[in-house]
Amino acid sequence: MQSFKAAAATTTNTDMFCNSSYFLSRHQTRFPDLGELDHPAVAFHHDDAVDLSPSSFFSLKSSNVGVVANNLHYGALNTTIGAAEIVSSGTGCLDTGQFMYQKGTTFGSSLGNGHIENWADSGLADNSQQTDTSTDVDTDHKNQLHGVQHGPIMVDSVDQSKLKCGDQKTLRRLAQNREAARKSRLRKKAYVQQLESSRHRLTELEQELQRARQQGTFIMTGLSGDHGHSVMGNAALAFDMEYGRWLDEHQRLINDLRSAVNSHMGDNELCILVAAVMAHYDEVFRLKSVGTKADVFHMLSGMWKSPAERCFMWLGGFRSSELLKILGNHLEPLTDQQLMGICNLQQSSQQAEDALSQGMEALQQSLVDTLSSACLGPTASGNVADYMGQMAIAMGKLATLENFLHQADLLRQQTLQQMHRILTTRQAARALLVISDYTSRLRALSSLWLARPRN
Amino acid sequence: MHCQTTGSWGSYMPTTRTAATVVVGDPLERIERLASENAVVIFSMSSCCMCHAVKRLFCGMGVNPSVIELDQDPRGRDMEKALIRLLGASPAVPVVFVGGKLVGAMDRVMASHINGTLVPLLKQAGALWL
Repeated sequence: MQSFKAAAATTTNTDMFCNSSYFLSRHQTRFPDLGELDHPAVAFHHDDAVDLSPSSFFSLKSSNVGVVANNLHYGALNTTIGAAEIVSSGTGCLDTGQFMYQKGTTFGSSLGNGHIENWADSGLADNSQQTDTSTDVDTDHKNQLHGVQHGPIMVDSVDQSKLKCGDQKTLRRLAQNREAARKSRLRKKAYVQQLESSRHRLTELEQELQRARQQGTFIMTGLSGDHGHSVMGNAALAFDMEYGRWLDEHQRLINDLRSAVNSHMGDNELCILVAAVMAHYDEVFRLKSVGTKADVFHMLSGMWKSPAERCFMWLGGFRSSELLKILGNHLEPLTDQQLMGICNLQQSSQQAEDALSQGMEALQQSLVDTLSSACLGPTASGNVADYMGQMAIAMGKLATLENFLHQADLLRQQTLQQMHRILTTRQAARALLVISDYTSRLRALSSLWLARPRN
Repeated sequence: MHCQTTGSWGSYMPTTRTAATVVVGDPLERIERLASENAVVIFSMSSCCMCHAVKRLFCGMGVNPSVIELDQDPRGRDMEKALIRLLGASPAVPVVFVGGKLVGAMDRVMASHINGTLVPLLKQAGALWL
């Protein structure tokens, strides 16, 4: 196979199949060599070929080769069939007479007796135009074919009389062959076009996605059938995206603040940075307000938070009283007035949280009462009016859920603002860094936990 | 503790109204009159969960508020409408008056508690002793 390999190496556009001897060989052992021809050139004659994995082609080719190989059992006639088959599926073969085999999906499709003549038609005349490197093998091939008695054979020196023998049949088969070849060419063309357009569409979608991510806009793809669900899903997704962007911006502001504190920036400049972080917190509460009105259950679920944060979540967000406990010693030194202010803030936020928690419990109990009142279980009658009535009441109670979430967010916002009022600029800067670092650690913990090795 | 958690929303001091004083008057006037009768007055509805939350808040601070359940008052509906006009928003309840003066709905009450203005107000009205 050395010459064959050389042929493969040197041919660029002309394919490995140009070397007809490859297929005409009766030795099965040659077929494994297909693997060595894993070369990009062995694909469609397009420079920017789509990502059709060569392996799939190889399986295709291998199978075709296998088909051919199998046919080899049936005598020399089949060898010519195999070769002719390949010729017929190449566009160049019939038209230009060039021995250019192109990868087609129709290799296995047009095996048949009728291709011998095709080979005769095109291969003969062009045999001399075959790749130079394959001449020796071609000679072998010719020698092999000379031994075939079954029907017309395609070799330069074929006997003229043998061609005239089956003239009628020959012409018919020729025509059929041409037709099949033409069809396979068209199929291939259509397939390629389809691939190209799919590839184009894919790049378009990728660009869209990129743009959407950057702008943080939610593009409705109109995929979901249920409009109600899709609206909720959209709101949740929209919030998630907006929150993601908010987090990135928050990190950036915190980093600026950190470097400012470490570089012992003056209070006047530091004050501006602190105010920027505080204003940015206002922004997240605004986002949450919008999100709560759109999809209260999504906000309550905390799916937009990392798992560890979600674990310690209270009513759709952080616990103000806990945050103040965390700040604890990091704020020292504090004046007596400041200390009292922080203590009072901690106490009042705790009381407010308790009050809201108890209100939520009452809401839950009330919902249970409503849903479990009248007609449940086996005695449930078909009293639709009752059922609808209870559902309406339950719906009203659910509506208050939004209000609770809203109050909880207000509590968080006001706690932060009051803290800002009590502390000096430098203390406030440190406090914001502590809070941010704490939540960052919770997020990092989530990632570590999710990535932990399982035994 | 004045506030006990019982089966229903705890026990509070109900306001007493005699039949003789029932007059078809301006609901707003009635509200103001009721509000000035006690140090801390909460207008509520027995089915409202946010009202329960605000009641728990005051109880938690050691305050003993007087509660007017509008759904149990014959003129409740008029008062409800008047309260909405007063607040400029719905829902009408809960609404809190301290020392006869309007504090507001839940958000305002909580805001004033967090920023430290509620406790002095309560002390001033005599609802809290320390």
